[in-house]
Amino acid sequence: MTKSTIELPPKGGFSFDLCKRNEMLFKKGVQPPSFRKTGTTIVGLIFQEGVVLGADTRATEGPIVADKNCEKIHYMAPNIYCCGAGTAADTEAVTDMVSSQLKLHRYHTGRESRVVTALTLLKSHLFNYQGYVSAALVLGGVDVTGPHLHTIYPHGSTDTLPFATMGSGSLAAMSVFESKYREGLTREEGINLVCEAISSGIFNDLGSGSNVDVCVITKGNVEYLRNHVLPNPRTYTSAKGYSFPKPTEVLMTKVIKLKEKVEVIEGGDAMEE
Amino acid sequence: MTKQQANWSPYDFNGGTCVAVAGADYCVIAADTRMSTGYNILTRDYSKICKLADKSLLASSGFQADVRALQKNLEARHQIYQHQHNKQMSCPAMAQLLSNTLYYKRFFPYYAFNVLGGLDNEGKGCVFTYDAVGSYEKVGYSSQGSGSKLIMPFLDNQLKSPSPLLLPAQDAVTPLSELEAIDLVKTAFASATERDIYTGDKLEIVVLNREGIRREYMELRKD
Repeated sequence: MTKSTIELPPKGGFSFDLCKRNEMLFKKGVQPPSFRKTGTTIVGLIFQEGVVLGADTRATEGPIVADKNCEKIHYMAPNIYCCGAGTAADTEAVTDMVSSQLKLHRYHTGRESRVVTALTLLKSHLFNYQGYVSAALVLGGVDVTGPHLHTIYPHGSTDTLPFATMGSGSLAAMSVFESKYREGLTREEGINLVCEAISSGIFNDLGSGSNVDVCVITKGNVEYLRNHVLPNPRTYTSAKGYSFPKPTEVLMTKVIKLKEKVEVIEGGDAMEE
Repeated sequence: MTKQQANWSPYDFNGGTCVAVAGADYCVIAADTRMSTGYNILTRDYSKICKLADKSLLASSGFQADVRALQKNLEARHQIYQHQHNKQMSCPAMAQLLSNTLYYKRFFPYYAFNVLGGLDNEGKGCVFTYDAVGSYEKVGYSSQGSGSKLIMPFLDNQLKSPSPLLLPAQDAVTPLSELEAIDLVKTAFASATERDIYTGDKLEIVVLNREGIRREYMELRKD
């Protein structure tokens, strides 16, 4: 009865059983659930004293705007922030996970987090998932070695750049950076250039829209400018307002009080051990 | 030789939303002026409303190349009609012509979603709504295009229409005044623009009444 080959639990590495299952289900016509994708414009640039990050605030589900004012600049560490494009759940989960790892690392070392640490943690996670964790990120921060800006692609590759854009509005935003970016921008010039790049994405890319969020990171200081520019107010509201038919009438109101809470009296006959 | 087939699509989708509301002595036809493809805006100022006859206006969304071809076809047919009858085509006649024209291409359809608005022979407002292959219905109000899913329930809530099965047949026109109808259309579009990425830039409203045709524009969100 004894078999020479016993199925051992896997010792490590990946299991692609579920991928095969999903492929089979897809072929049989089962549609996988849709995700909330943030068709997005996110940007970042390095200026004199630090880094400016920027993002629009539209989240879409297909052609429908799911959230008109969402936050796409995520907290990583007190001196590091990260803009996310792609599947909203992935960008949020991945930044939260790495943010927690960074905090543990700070407790362990007692030192400020470095941007490269965040970069390595993010890229190794994304590489492990072969692009299935669809998060495209712009990571920026200022640490002991100075200001840093990186882009991270869903497959785990990274770039280190003086200015960067990501998301469906990346081309619109990059065209602004390519024509106007120079080294040694002042803080105000940096913020204005980021706003202009994001606005270019908001107006020319249908996946991006609503407002401009900005985050300015300098040595020892962070300024998160939520809804820094609001270029898209509602265009028309009826002067008279609208009335709606009366809801179903309330026929009866009766209040049933909750039963008395059961009191547990301690100190009675204790059960035997 | 192995079977060959086209590996490209003859269709595109250019988005856009159209609305028409019929009143006792007027008809309001409105559409946004954004033309887009994918995540790109092709133009912010493209009229989707076409005047086919003195008292019929056609608003169409879908694939604008097909829409243009359809409009030219109808214009040509209307020219012939005028030569033969020495008069303008009535709106109900134009409605039947549009249906026939769409069904003629049943197996390679015009990718166009139409709303035809106008005044009938008694001067009452009328709206006809279509699918891509020519099924049509006379209604009191209608919405077509990318934002129709957002606008139609709002119109249903505000303008209840009588059942088309009632005997004797009830008028399908809405009880609103002309200005109230325009106000309603503006609100509907401002709301649809908030949530539909393919609707925006500008709203074109054409009002048809006893005095003739009037055009109005209203700015919409441009993001």
